[in-house]
Amino acid sequence: MTTRLAAQDITLAYGGRVVSTHVSLDVPDGAFTAIVGANACGKSTLLRAFVRLLKPSAGAVLLDGRDVAGYRPKAIAREVGFLPQGLVVPESIVARRLVARGRYPHQSLLSTWSSEDERAVDEAMAAAGVADLAERPVEELSGGQRQRVWVAMVLAQETRYLLLDEPTTFLDITHQYELLALFARLRDEGRTVIAVLHDINQACRYADHLVAMKDGRVVAEGAPADIVDAALIQEVFNLPSVVVPDPVTGTPMVVPTV
Amino acid sequence: MSAVVLRAGPWSVRIERRTVLVSSALLAAALVLAFLGLCHGASWVTPPEVFSALAGHGDSAVVIREWRLPRVTAALVFGAALGLAGATFQNLTRNPLGSPDVIGLDAGAYTGALFAITVLGGTAAQLAAGSVAGGLLAAAAVYLLSLNSGLSGLRLIVIGIAMNAILTAVNSWIVLRAELEVAMAATGWSAGSLNGVDWDEVRLPFLIIGALALLLATLSTTMQQAALGDELAVTSGVGLNRHRLLIVLAGVGYTATVTAVAGPIAFIALAAPQIGRRLAGAAGVTLLPAALTGAVLLLAADLAAQMLLAPIALPAGVVTTAIGGCYLIWLLSKEVRRP
Repeated sequence: MTTRLAAQDITLAYGGRVVSTHVSLDVPDGAFTAIVGANACGKSTLLRAFVRLLKPSAGAVLLDGRDVAGYRPKAIAREVGFLPQGLVVPESIVARRLVARGRYPHQSLLSTWSSEDERAVDEAMAAAGVADLAERPVEELSGGQRQRVWVAMVLAQETRYLLLDEPTTFLDITHQYELLALFARLRDEGRTVIAVLHDINQACRYADHLVAMKDGRVVAEGAPADIVDAALIQEVFNLPSVVVPDPVTGTPMVVPTV
Repeated sequence: MSAVVLRAGPWSVRIERRTVLVSSALLAAALVLAFLGLCHGASWVTPPEVFSALAGHGDSAVVIREWRLPRVTAALVFGAALGLAGATFQNLTRNPLGSPDVIGLDAGAYTGALFAITVLGGTAAQLAAGSVAGGLLAAAAVYLLSLNSGLSGLRLIVIGIAMNAILTAVNSWIVLRAELEVAMAATGWSAGSLNGVDWDEVRLPFLIIGALALLLATLSTTMQQAALGDELAVTSGVGLNRHRLLIVLAGVGYTATVTAVAGPIAFIALAAPQIGRRLAGAAGVTLLPAALTGAVLLLAADLAAQMLLAPIALPAGVVTTAIGGCYLIWLLSKEVRRP
Protein backbone atom coordinates (compact mmCIF):
# COMPACT_ATOMS: atom_id res chain seq x y z
CA MET A 1 0.00 0.00 0.00
CA THR A 2 1.62 3.24 -1.11
CA THR A 3 0.63 6.49 0.48
CA ARG A 4 1.55 10.05 -0.35
CA LEU A 5 -1.05 11.87 1.75
CA ALA A 6 -0.96 11.29 5.49
CA ALA A 7 -1.86 12.87 8.79
CA GLN A 8 0.93 12.41 11.31
CA ASP A 9 0.05 12.54 14.98
CA ILE A 10 -2.17 15.61 14.60
CA THR A 11 -4.13 17.44 17.28
CA LEU A 12 -7.14 19.40 16.07
CA ALA A 13 -8.95 22.15 17.93
CA TYR A 14 -11.40 24.95 17.22
CA GLY A 15 -10.20 27.82 19.34
CA GLY A 16 -9.72 26.20 22.75
CA ARG A 17 -12.03 23.21 22.12
CA VAL A 18 -9.95 20.16 21.31
CA VAL A 19 -11.68 17.76 18.91
CA SER A 20 -8.94 15.24 18.20
CA THR A 21 -5.59 14.41 19.74
CA HIS A 22 -2.76 12.34 18.26
CA VAL A 23 -4.58 11.15 15.14
CA SER A 24 -2.57 9.48 12.40
CA LEU A 25 -4.01 8.36 9.09
CA ASP A 26 -2.28 7.14 5.95
CA VAL A 27 -4.53 7.59 2.94
CA PRO A 28 -4.04 4.64 0.56
CA ASP A 29 -3.25 5.89 -2.96
CA GLY A 30 -5.70 5.10 -5.72
CA ALA A 31 -8.33 3.83 -3.30
CA PHE A 32 -11.77 4.99 -2.17
CA THR A 33 -11.49 5.75 1.53
CA ALA A 34 -14.66 6.37 3.53
CA ILE A 35 -14.61 7.98 6.97
CA VAL A 36 -17.59 7.02 9.14
CA GLY A 37 -18.73 7.68 12.67
CA ALA A 38 -21.52 9.21 14.73
CA ASN A 39 -22.30 12.93 14.57
CA ALA A 40 -19.60 15.15 16.12
CA CYS A 41 -17.01 12.35 16.18
CA GLY A 42 -14.50 14.59 14.41
CA LYS A 43 -14.68 13.07 10.92
CA SER A 44 -15.37 16.33 9.09
CA THR A 45 -12.78 18.06 11.24
CA LEU A 46 -10.17 15.53 10.16
CA LEU A 47 -11.09 16.13 6.52
CA ARG A 48 -10.73 19.88 7.02
CA ALA A 49 -7.21 19.37 8.31
CA PHE A 50 -6.31 17.45 5.14
CA VAL A 51 -7.42 20.37 2.95
CA ARG A 52 -5.76 23.07 5.08
CA LEU A 53 -9.00 24.61 6.33
CA LEU A 54 -7.92 23.78 9.86
CA LYS A 55 -4.31 24.02 10.93
CA PRO A 56 -3.33 21.24 13.35
CA SER A 57 -2.22 22.63 16.70
CA ALA A 58 0.30 19.79 16.81
CA GLY A 59 1.56 17.32 14.19
CA ALA A 60 1.30 17.83 10.46
CA VAL A 61 -0.51 16.72 7.32
CA LEU A 62 2.04 15.58 4.78
CA LEU A 63 1.88 15.35 1.00
CA ASP A 64 4.92 13.58 -0.48
CA GLY A 65 6.63 13.90 2.87
CA ARG A 66 6.22 17.67 2.98
CA ASP A 67 3.93 19.64 5.32
CA VAL A 68 0.91 20.86 3.29
CA ALA A 69 1.17 24.20 5.11
CA GLY A 70 4.45 24.79 3.27
CA TYR A 71 2.97 24.51 -0.24
CA ARG A 72 1.96 27.58 -2.22
CA PRO A 73 -1.87 27.86 -2.26
CA LYS A 74 -2.26 27.12 -5.98
CA ALA A 75 0.32 24.31 -5.94
CA ILE A 76 -1.53 22.35 -3.24
CA ALA A 77 -4.86 23.10 -4.96
CA ARG A 78 -3.58 21.32 -8.08
CA GLU A 79 -2.99 18.19 -5.97
CA VAL A 80 -5.89 18.14 -3.50
CA GLY A 81 -9.49 19.10 -4.32
CA PHE A 82 -12.29 19.44 -1.78
CA LEU A 83 -16.07 19.59 -1.90
CA PRO A 84 -17.44 21.11 1.32
CA GLN A 85 -21.01 20.94 2.61
CA GLY A 86 -23.57 23.72 2.42
CA LEU A 87 -22.27 25.55 -0.64
CA VAL A 88 -23.91 28.75 -1.79
CA VAL A 89 -24.35 29.20 -5.53
CA PRO A 90 -23.25 32.65 -6.81
CA GLU A 91 -26.24 34.57 -8.15
CA SER A 92 -27.18 34.06 -11.83
CA ILE A 93 -24.21 31.83 -12.72
CA VAL A 94 -24.66 29.14 -15.39
CA ALA A 95 -23.38 25.60 -14.80
CA ARG A 96 -20.46 25.79 -17.20
CA ARG A 97 -19.13 29.01 -15.67
CA LEU A 98 -19.37 27.50 -12.19
CA VAL A 99 -17.49 24.38 -13.29
CA ALA A 100 -14.89 26.67 -14.90
CA ARG A 101 -14.13 28.14 -11.45
CA GLY A 102 -12.45 24.80 -10.70
CA ARG A 103 -9.69 25.81 -13.12
CA TYR A 104 -8.51 28.64 -10.88
CA PRO A 105 -5.33 26.92 -9.56
CA HIS A 106 -4.26 26.19 -13.15
CA GLN A 107 -4.65 29.77 -14.29
CA SER A 108 -2.37 32.76 -14.05
CA LEU A 109 -2.65 36.49 -14.55
CA LEU A 110 -1.97 36.20 -18.27
CA SER A 111 -3.78 32.96 -18.90
CA THR A 112 -7.36 33.00 -17.65
CA TRP A 113 -8.98 30.71 -20.20
CA SER A 114 -6.66 28.39 -22.15
CA SER A 115 -7.71 25.56 -24.46
CA GLU A 116 -6.50 23.26 -21.67
CA ASP A 117 -9.04 24.86 -19.32
CA GLU A 118 -11.73 24.35 -21.92
CA ARG A 119 -10.86 20.66 -22.33
CA ALA A 120 -10.77 20.05 -18.55
CA VAL A 121 -14.20 21.66 -18.08
CA ASP A 122 -15.70 19.63 -20.94
CA GLU A 123 -14.30 16.39 -19.52
CA ALA A 124 -15.39 17.18 -15.96
CA MET A 125 -18.93 17.98 -17.05
CA ALA A 126 -19.13 14.82 -19.13
CA ALA A 127 -17.80 12.69 -16.25
CA ALA A 128 -20.30 14.15 -13.79
CA GLY A 129 -23.13 13.79 -16.31
CA VAL A 130 -23.98 17.49 -16.47
CA ALA A 131 -22.80 18.33 -20.00
CA ASP A 132 -26.39 18.97 -21.10
CA LEU A 133 -26.91 21.49 -18.26
CA ALA A 134 -24.02 23.72 -19.38
CA GLU A 135 -25.97 26.90 -20.07
CA ARG A 136 -28.59 26.46 -17.31
CA PRO A 137 -28.54 28.82 -14.32
CA VAL A 138 -27.38 26.71 -11.38
CA GLU A 139 -30.00 28.26 -9.05
CA GLU A 140 -32.75 26.67 -11.17
CA LEU A 141 -31.35 23.13 -11.04
CA SER A 142 -32.66 20.36 -8.77
CA GLY A 143 -30.66 19.36 -5.69
CA GLY A 144 -29.18 16.30 -7.41
CA GLN A 145 -28.22 18.19 -10.56
CA ARG A 146 -26.72 21.01 -8.54
CA GLN A 147 -24.59 18.65 -6.47
CA ARG A 148 -23.29 17.01 -9.65
CA VAL A 149 -22.38 20.46 -11.01
CA TRP A 150 -20.36 21.11 -7.84
CA VAL A 151 -18.68 17.72 -8.23
CA ALA A 152 -17.86 18.65 -11.85
CA MET A 153 -16.29 21.86 -10.57
CA VAL A 154 -13.96 19.94 -8.26
CA LEU A 155 -13.22 17.44 -11.06
CA ALA A 156 -12.22 20.32 -13.35
CA GLN A 157 -9.56 21.14 -10.77
CA GLU A 158 -7.91 17.88 -11.98
CA THR A 159 -6.42 16.91 -8.64
CA ARG A 160 -5.11 13.47 -7.81
CA TYR A 161 -6.87 13.64 -4.44
CA LEU A 162 -10.59 14.25 -4.18
CA LEU A 163 -11.94 14.95 -0.68
CA LEU A 164 -15.68 15.09 -0.13
CA ASP A 165 -17.56 16.10 3.00
CA GLU A 166 -20.87 14.17 3.14
CA PRO A 167 -21.44 14.60 -0.61
CA THR A 168 -24.70 12.64 -0.65
CA THR A 169 -26.51 14.40 2.20
CA PHE A 170 -29.94 15.84 1.29
CA LEU A 171 -30.08 13.97 -2.02
CA ASP A 172 -32.77 11.44 -2.82
CA ILE A 173 -31.63 7.82 -2.82
CA THR A 174 -31.23 7.44 -6.59
CA HIS A 175 -28.93 10.44 -6.77
CA GLN A 176 -26.98 9.16 -3.76
CA TYR A 177 -26.11 5.92 -5.53
CA GLU A 178 -25.40 7.74 -8.81
CA LEU A 179 -22.86 9.96 -7.06
CA LEU A 180 -21.23 7.08 -5.19
CA ALA A 181 -20.91 5.13 -8.43
CA LEU A 182 -19.32 8.22 -9.99
CA PHE A 183 -16.75 8.40 -7.19
CA ALA A 184 -15.99 4.69 -7.59
CA ARG A 185 -15.48 5.23 -11.33
CA LEU A 186 -13.11 8.14 -10.63
CA ARG A 187 -11.19 5.82 -8.32
CA ASP A 188 -11.00 3.27 -11.13
CA GLU A 189 -9.53 5.99 -13.35
CA GLY A 190 -6.72 6.48 -10.87
CA ARG A 191 -7.83 9.18 -8.48
CA THR A 192 -7.71 8.83 -4.73
CA VAL A 193 -11.13 9.51 -3.20
CA ILE A 194 -11.66 10.32 0.48
CA ALA A 195 -15.24 10.89 1.57
CA VAL A 196 -16.99 11.43 4.86
CA LEU A 197 -20.16 9.34 4.53
CA HIS A 198 -23.01 9.10 7.00
CA ASP A 199 -24.49 5.85 5.67
CA ILE A 200 -22.44 2.88 6.89
CA ASN A 201 -23.94 0.48 4.35
CA GLN A 202 -23.12 2.76 1.42
CA ALA A 203 -19.61 3.17 2.82
CA CYS A 204 -19.17 -0.63 3.04
CA ARG A 205 -20.45 -1.09 -0.48
CA TYR A 206 -18.29 1.50 -2.24
CA ALA A 207 -15.18 2.07 -0.12
CA ASP A 208 -11.97 0.04 -0.38
CA HIS A 209 -10.73 1.41 2.90
CA LEU A 210 -12.96 2.24 5.84
CA VAL A 211 -11.96 4.53 8.70
CA ALA A 212 -14.23 4.39 11.75
CA MET A 213 -13.99 7.28 14.19
CA LYS A 214 -15.28 7.93 17.69
CA ASP A 215 -14.65 10.86 20.02
CA GLY A 216 -11.95 12.25 17.75
CA ARG A 217 -10.02 8.97 17.51
CA VAL A 218 -9.66 6.41 14.76
CA VAL A 219 -11.01 3.21 16.36
CA ALA A 220 -10.60 0.90 13.35
CA GLU A 221 -9.44 1.06 9.75
CA GLY A 222 -9.13 -1.45 6.94
CA ALA A 223 -11.18 -3.14 4.21
CA PRO A 224 -14.88 -3.08 5.21
CA ALA A 225 -15.11 -6.89 5.11
CA ASP A 226 -12.17 -7.15 7.51
CA ILE A 227 -13.27 -4.69 10.18
CA VAL A 228 -17.07 -4.31 10.17
CA ASP A 229 -18.88 -6.51 12.68
CA ALA A 230 -21.58 -6.06 15.32
CA ALA A 231 -18.99 -5.18 17.98
CA LEU A 232 -17.55 -2.32 15.91
CA ILE A 233 -21.01 -0.93 15.13
CA GLN A 234 -21.87 -1.10 18.83
CA GLU A 235 -18.68 0.76 19.72
CA VAL A 236 -18.81 3.42 17.01
CA PHE A 237 -22.55 4.10 16.73
CA ASN A 238 -23.77 2.64 20.04
CA LEU A 239 -26.27 0.60 18.00
CA PRO A 240 -27.06 -3.11 18.50
CA SER A 241 -27.12 -4.84 15.12
CA VAL A 242 -26.37 -7.92 13.10
CA VAL A 243 -23.96 -7.71 10.20
CA VAL A 244 -24.90 -9.80 7.17
CA PRO A 245 -23.51 -9.96 3.63
CA ASP A 246 -25.16 -7.46 1.27
CA PRO A 247 -27.27 -9.68 -1.04
CA VAL A 248 -26.11 -7.71 -4.11
CA THR A 249 -22.41 -7.05 -3.51
CA GLY A 250 -21.48 -9.38 -0.67
CA THR A 251 -20.02 -6.46 1.34
CA PRO A 252 -20.97 -6.14 5.01
CA MET A 253 -24.50 -4.86 5.60
CA VAL A 254 -25.55 -3.53 8.99
CA VAL A 255 -29.07 -4.41 10.07
CA PRO A 256 -30.06 -2.76 13.38
CA THR A 257 -31.81 -4.96 15.90
CA VAL A 258 -33.51 -2.18 17.85
CA MET B 1 -21.34 30.60 -26.32
CA SER B 2 -21.80 34.24 -25.56
CA ALA B 3 -18.15 34.91 -24.94
CA VAL B 4 -15.07 36.06 -26.80
CA VAL B 5 -11.88 34.12 -26.14
CA LEU B 6 -8.57 35.67 -27.12
CA ARG B 7 -5.45 33.50 -27.18
CA ALA B 8 -1.85 34.15 -28.18
CA GLY B 9 0.83 31.69 -27.10
CA PRO B 10 0.69 31.25 -23.33
CA TRP B 11 -1.63 34.26 -23.04
CA SER B 12 -5.38 33.80 -22.94
CA VAL B 13 -8.42 35.70 -21.77
CA ARG B 14 -12.17 35.19 -21.89
CA ILE B 15 -14.63 38.07 -22.02
CA GLU B 16 -18.41 37.83 -21.90
CA ARG B 17 -19.91 39.41 -25.00
CA ARG B 18 -22.64 41.09 -22.97
CA THR B 19 -20.07 42.65 -20.63
CA VAL B 20 -18.32 44.17 -23.65
CA LEU B 21 -21.61 45.55 -25.02
CA VAL B 22 -22.80 46.92 -21.68
CA SER B 23 -19.41 48.45 -20.93
CA SER B 24 -19.29 50.15 -24.34
CA ALA B 25 -22.79 51.54 -23.83
CA LEU B 26 -21.90 52.80 -20.34
CA LEU B 27 -18.71 54.38 -21.64
CA ALA B 28 -20.68 56.12 -24.39
CA ALA B 29 -23.22 57.37 -21.83
CA ALA B 30 -20.40 58.65 -19.62
CA LEU B 31 -18.80 60.51 -22.53
CA VAL B 32 -22.12 62.10 -23.53
CA LEU B 33 -22.72 63.22 -19.92
CA ALA B 34 -19.16 64.51 -19.68
CA PHE B 35 -19.66 66.51 -22.87
CA LEU B 36 -22.93 67.95 -21.50
CA GLY B 37 -20.99 68.86 -18.38
CA LEU B 38 -18.58 70.85 -20.52
CA CYS B 39 -21.41 72.66 -22.31
CA HIS B 40 -23.36 73.42 -19.14
CA GLY B 41 -22.35 76.03 -16.62
CA ALA B 42 -23.00 79.67 -15.76
CA SER B 43 -23.37 80.13 -19.53
CA TRP B 44 -24.24 77.51 -22.13
CA VAL B 45 -21.44 76.80 -24.57
CA THR B 46 -22.51 75.18 -27.82
CA PRO B 47 -20.95 71.84 -28.77
CA PRO B 48 -18.89 73.25 -31.69
CA GLU B 49 -17.50 75.91 -29.36
CA VAL B 50 -16.62 73.23 -26.79
CA PHE B 51 -14.65 71.31 -29.41
CA SER B 52 -12.70 74.37 -30.48
CA ALA B 53 -12.18 75.35 -26.83
CA LEU B 54 -10.78 71.89 -26.08
CA ALA B 55 -8.38 72.41 -28.98
CA GLY B 56 -7.34 75.69 -27.36
CA HIS B 57 -9.20 78.19 -29.57
CA GLY B 58 -11.98 80.68 -28.91
CA ASP B 59 -13.15 82.86 -26.05
CA SER B 60 -14.25 80.06 -23.74
CA ALA B 61 -10.99 78.07 -23.85
CA VAL B 62 -10.05 79.00 -20.28
CA VAL B 63 -13.53 78.35 -18.90
CA ILE B 64 -13.76 74.95 -20.56
CA ARG B 65 -10.22 73.68 -20.14
CA GLU B 66 -9.31 75.08 -16.74
CA TRP B 67 -12.68 75.17 -14.94
CA ARG B 68 -15.15 72.73 -16.41
CA LEU B 69 -12.82 70.02 -17.72
CA PRO B 70 -11.18 69.26 -14.35
CA ARG B 71 -14.58 69.03 -12.72
CA VAL B 72 -16.00 66.74 -15.38
CA THR B 73 -12.88 64.56 -15.40
CA ALA B 74 -13.01 64.38 -11.60
CA ALA B 75 -16.66 63.24 -11.73
CA LEU B 76 -15.73 60.58 -14.27
CA VAL B 77 -12.67 59.26 -12.41
CA PHE B 78 -14.04 59.62 -8.87
CA GLY B 79 -17.31 57.99 -9.88
CA ALA B 80 -15.36 55.05 -11.29
CA ALA B 81 -13.23 54.91 -8.12
CA LEU B 82 -16.31 54.84 -5.90
CA GLY B 83 -17.88 52.14 -8.05
CA LEU B 84 -14.74 50.04 -7.66
CA ALA B 85 -14.58 50.71 -3.91
CA GLY B 86 -18.14 49.43 -3.60
CA ALA B 87 -17.40 46.41 -5.78
CA THR B 88 -14.39 45.39 -3.69
CA PHE B 89 -16.22 45.63 -0.36
CA GLN B 90 -19.38 43.97 -1.62
CA ASN B 91 -17.21 41.15 -2.91
CA LEU B 92 -15.37 40.93 0.41
CA THR B 93 -18.52 40.90 2.55
CA ARG B 94 -20.58 38.96 -0.02
CA ASN B 95 -23.42 41.36 0.65
CA PRO B 96 -24.86 44.15 -1.53
CA LEU B 97 -25.11 46.28 1.62
CA GLY B 98 -21.42 45.92 2.42
CA SER B 99 -20.25 49.09 0.74
CA PRO B 100 -17.79 51.59 2.24
CA ASP B 101 -20.31 54.45 2.46
CA VAL B 102 -22.80 52.31 4.41
CA ILE B 103 -20.35 50.72 6.84
CA GLY B 104 -18.73 53.97 7.89
CA LEU B 105 -15.51 54.07 5.86
CA ASP B 106 -16.44 57.33 4.10
CA ALA B 107 -17.28 58.87 7.45
CA GLY B 108 -14.01 57.52 8.91
CA ALA B 109 -11.98 58.96 6.03
CA TYR B 110 -13.75 62.26 6.57
CA THR B 111 -12.95 62.16 10.30
CA GLY B 112 -9.31 61.65 9.39
CA ALA B 113 -9.42 64.56 6.93
CA LEU B 114 -11.12 66.84 9.49
CA PHE B 115 -8.47 65.93 12.02
CA ALA B 116 -5.80 66.84 9.47
CA ILE B 117 -7.42 70.24 8.85
CA THR B 118 -8.25 71.25 12.40
CA VAL B 119 -5.28 69.85 14.28
CA LEU B 120 -2.44 69.52 11.79
CA GLY B 121 -3.05 72.51 9.54
CA GLY B 122 -4.35 70.69 6.49
CA THR B 123 -1.84 70.54 3.66
CA ALA B 124 -2.91 68.35 0.73
CA ALA B 125 -0.58 65.56 1.84
CA GLN B 126 -1.85 65.65 5.44
CA LEU B 127 -5.40 65.60 4.14
CA ALA B 128 -4.74 62.54 2.00
CA ALA B 129 -2.85 60.71 4.75
CA GLY B 130 -5.53 61.63 7.30
CA SER B 131 -8.28 60.26 5.03
CA VAL B 132 -6.49 56.98 4.42
CA ALA B 133 -5.69 56.54 8.12
CA GLY B 134 -9.27 57.37 9.11
CA GLY B 135 -10.70 54.97 6.53
CA LEU B 136 -8.37 52.15 7.60
CA LEU B 137 -9.11 52.71 11.30
CA ALA B 138 -12.86 52.61 10.65
CA ALA B 139 -12.42 49.42 8.59
CA ALA B 140 -10.33 47.83 11.35
CA ALA B 141 -12.88 48.76 14.02
CA VAL B 142 -15.81 47.32 12.04
CA TYR B 143 -13.80 44.20 11.30
CA LEU B 144 -12.77 43.59 14.91
CA LEU B 145 -16.29 44.14 16.24
CA SER B 146 -17.79 41.67 13.78
CA LEU B 147 -14.98 39.11 13.96
CA ASN B 148 -17.05 36.49 15.78
CA SER B 149 -19.55 36.08 12.99
CA GLY B 150 -17.13 36.24 10.07
CA LEU B 151 -16.86 38.78 7.31
CA SER B 152 -20.08 37.91 5.57
CA GLY B 153 -23.36 38.23 7.31
CA LEU B 154 -25.65 40.97 8.41
CA ARG B 155 -23.82 41.55 11.68
CA LEU B 156 -20.93 43.31 9.96
CA ILE B 157 -23.38 45.53 8.11
CA VAL B 158 -25.31 46.48 11.23
CA ILE B 159 -22.11 47.24 13.14
CA GLY B 160 -20.94 49.27 10.14
CA ILE B 161 -24.14 51.31 10.08
CA ALA B 162 -23.72 52.04 13.78
CA MET B 163 -20.08 52.97 13.18
CA ASN B 164 -21.22 55.31 10.41
CA ALA B 165 -23.67 57.03 12.79
CA ILE B 166 -21.04 57.43 15.52
CA LEU B 167 -18.42 58.82 13.15
CA THR B 168 -20.93 61.21 11.58
CA ALA B 169 -21.65 62.55 15.07
CA VAL B 170 -17.92 62.86 15.78
CA ASN B 171 -17.50 64.75 12.52
CA SER B 172 -20.26 67.21 13.47
CA TRP B 173 -18.63 67.69 16.85
CA ILE B 174 -15.22 68.45 15.30
CA VAL B 175 -16.81 70.99 12.94
CA LEU B 176 -18.69 72.67 15.82
CA ARG B 177 -15.49 73.00 17.83
CA ALA B 178 -13.42 74.30 14.92
CA GLU B 179 -12.58 77.89 14.00
CA LEU B 180 -15.28 79.59 11.96
CA GLU B 181 -13.40 79.63 8.64
CA VAL B 182 -12.35 76.02 8.97
CA ALA B 183 -15.86 75.00 9.95
CA MET B 184 -17.40 76.74 6.96
CA ALA B 185 -14.98 75.10 4.55
CA ALA B 186 -15.50 71.73 6.17
CA THR B 187 -19.28 71.98 6.11
CA GLY B 188 -19.44 72.81 2.41
CA TRP B 189 -17.15 69.89 1.79
CA SER B 190 -18.97 67.46 4.07
CA ALA B 191 -21.80 67.02 1.58
CA GLY B 192 -19.42 65.76 -1.08
CA SER B 193 -18.91 68.36 -3.78
CA LEU B 194 -16.98 68.86 -6.97
CA ASN B 195 -17.54 72.64 -6.95
CA GLY B 196 -14.31 74.46 -7.68
CA VAL B 197 -12.13 71.39 -8.29
CA ASP B 198 -9.03 72.32 -10.32
CA TRP B 199 -6.23 70.41 -12.03
CA ASP B 200 -3.70 70.85 -9.20
CA GLU B 201 -6.02 69.16 -6.74
CA VAL B 202 -6.75 66.08 -8.83
CA ARG B 203 -3.38 65.17 -10.36
CA LEU B 204 -2.15 63.01 -7.45
CA PRO B 205 -5.57 61.44 -6.72
CA PHE B 206 -5.85 60.42 -10.40
CA LEU B 207 -2.45 58.75 -10.21
CA ILE B 208 -3.40 56.84 -7.05
CA ILE B 209 -6.74 55.77 -8.53
CA GLY B 210 -4.99 54.57 -11.69
CA ALA B 211 -2.43 52.57 -9.71
CA LEU B 212 -5.15 50.95 -7.61
CA ALA B 213 -7.08 50.10 -10.77
CA LEU B 214 -4.06 48.16 -12.03
CA LEU B 215 -3.87 46.33 -8.70
CA LEU B 216 -7.58 45.44 -8.87
CA ALA B 217 -7.25 44.24 -12.46
CA THR B 218 -4.72 41.67 -11.27
CA LEU B 219 -7.05 40.62 -8.42
CA SER B 220 -10.27 40.30 -10.40
CA THR B 221 -10.23 36.53 -11.03
CA THR B 222 -9.28 35.94 -7.40
CA MET B 223 -12.23 38.12 -6.34
CA GLN B 224 -14.53 35.91 -8.41
CA GLN B 225 -13.04 32.82 -6.81
CA ALA B 226 -13.36 34.24 -3.28
CA ALA B 227 -17.08 34.78 -3.94
CA LEU B 228 -17.52 30.97 -3.85
CA GLY B 229 -17.10 31.05 -0.08
CA ASP B 230 -14.07 30.80 2.18
CA GLU B 231 -13.80 27.01 2.05
CA LEU B 232 -13.78 26.59 -1.72
CA ALA B 233 -11.63 29.69 -2.15
CA VAL B 234 -8.92 28.24 0.09
CA THR B 235 -9.07 24.71 -1.32
CA SER B 236 -8.97 25.98 -4.90
CA GLY B 237 -5.81 27.95 -4.24
CA VAL B 238 -6.69 31.45 -3.04
CA GLY B 239 -4.28 32.82 -0.42
CA LEU B 240 -7.25 34.29 1.42
CA ASN B 241 -5.56 36.45 4.07
CA ARG B 242 -3.22 38.17 1.64
CA HIS B 243 -6.04 38.63 -0.86
CA ARG B 244 -8.33 40.20 1.74
CA LEU B 245 -5.64 42.59 2.89
CA LEU B 246 -5.03 43.79 -0.68
CA ILE B 247 -8.76 44.14 -1.33
CA VAL B 248 -9.30 46.18 1.84
CA LEU B 249 -6.32 48.42 1.04
CA ALA B 250 -7.59 49.03 -2.50
CA GLY B 251 -11.16 49.73 -1.34
CA VAL B 252 -10.12 52.04 1.49
CA GLY B 253 -7.56 53.68 -0.82
CA TYR B 254 -10.29 54.56 -3.31
CA THR B 255 -12.73 55.81 -0.68
CA ALA B 256 -10.11 57.88 1.12
CA THR B 257 -8.66 59.40 -2.05
CA VAL B 258 -12.05 60.59 -3.25
CA THR B 259 -13.05 61.79 0.22
CA ALA B 260 -9.81 63.79 0.61
CA VAL B 261 -10.63 65.83 -2.50
CA ALA B 262 -14.40 65.92 -2.76
CA GLY B 263 -15.67 64.96 0.70
CA PRO B 264 -17.86 61.93 1.35
CA ILE B 265 -20.03 61.31 -1.73
CA ALA B 266 -22.43 58.66 -0.50
CA PHE B 267 -24.28 55.86 -2.29
CA ILE B 268 -22.34 55.72 -5.58
CA ALA B 269 -20.29 52.88 -4.09
CA LEU B 270 -23.46 51.20 -2.82
CA ALA B 271 -25.49 51.34 -6.02
CA ALA B 272 -22.99 51.29 -8.91
CA PRO B 273 -21.70 47.70 -8.56
CA GLN B 274 -25.23 46.28 -8.27
CA ILE B 275 -26.55 48.25 -11.24
CA GLY B 276 -23.46 47.33 -13.26
CA ARG B 277 -23.82 43.66 -12.40
CA ARG B 278 -27.48 43.55 -13.33
CA LEU B 279 -26.83 45.34 -16.62
CA ALA B 280 -24.01 42.93 -17.45
CA GLY B 281 -26.14 39.96 -16.36
CA ALA B 282 -23.02 38.52 -14.79
CA ALA B 283 -22.44 36.41 -11.70
CA GLY B 284 -20.72 38.08 -8.77
CA VAL B 285 -19.26 41.57 -8.74
CA THR B 286 -17.89 42.73 -12.07
CA LEU B 287 -15.28 45.46 -11.93
CA LEU B 288 -15.51 47.20 -15.31
CA PRO B 289 -19.31 47.66 -15.33
CA ALA B 290 -19.13 48.78 -11.68
CA ALA B 291 -16.52 51.43 -12.48
CA LEU B 292 -18.34 52.71 -15.57
CA THR B 293 -21.72 52.78 -13.80
CA GLY B 294 -20.09 54.75 -10.98
CA ALA B 295 -18.74 57.26 -13.50
CA VAL B 296 -22.15 57.66 -15.16
CA LEU B 297 -23.91 58.07 -11.79
CA LEU B 298 -21.53 60.71 -10.46
CA LEU B 299 -21.49 62.66 -13.75
CA ALA B 300 -25.29 62.64 -13.79
CA ALA B 301 -25.53 63.58 -10.10
CA ASP B 302 -23.08 66.43 -10.53
CA LEU B 303 -24.94 67.76 -13.58
CA ALA B 304 -28.25 67.50 -11.73
CA ALA B 305 -26.74 69.26 -8.72
CA GLN B 306 -25.73 72.19 -10.92
CA MET B 307 -29.07 72.39 -12.72
CA LEU B 308 -31.64 71.81 -9.96
CA LEU B 309 -31.38 75.15 -8.16
CA ALA B 310 -29.37 77.06 -10.79
CA PRO B 311 -27.61 79.39 -10.44
CA ILE B 312 -26.82 77.91 -7.00
CA ALA B 313 -24.64 74.80 -7.42
CA LEU B 314 -25.61 72.09 -4.93
CA PRO B 315 -22.97 69.63 -3.75
CA ALA B 316 -23.22 66.45 -5.84
CA GLY B 317 -23.36 64.45 -2.60
CA VAL B 318 -26.76 65.99 -1.79
CA VAL B 319 -28.19 64.54 -4.98
CA THR B 320 -26.57 61.11 -4.56
CA THR B 321 -27.73 60.96 -0.92
CA ALA B 322 -31.30 61.88 -1.81
CA ILE B 323 -31.58 59.23 -4.50
CA GLY B 324 -29.33 56.65 -2.85
CA GLY B 325 -31.18 56.90 0.47
CA CYS B 326 -34.32 55.51 -1.12
CA TYR B 327 -32.30 52.70 -2.66
CA LEU B 328 -30.70 51.90 0.72
CA ILE B 329 -34.10 51.65 2.44
CA TRP B 330 -35.34 49.28 -0.26
CA LEU B 331 -32.18 47.16 -0.06
CA LEU B 332 -32.23 47.00 3.73
CA SER B 333 -35.83 45.83 3.83
CA LYS B 334 -35.05 43.19 1.21
CA GLU B 335 -31.87 41.93 2.92
CA VAL B 336 -33.33 41.77 6.42
CA ARG B 337 -36.28 39.74 5.18
CA ARG B 338 -33.92 37.25 3.53
CA PRO B 339 -33.30 34.17 5.75
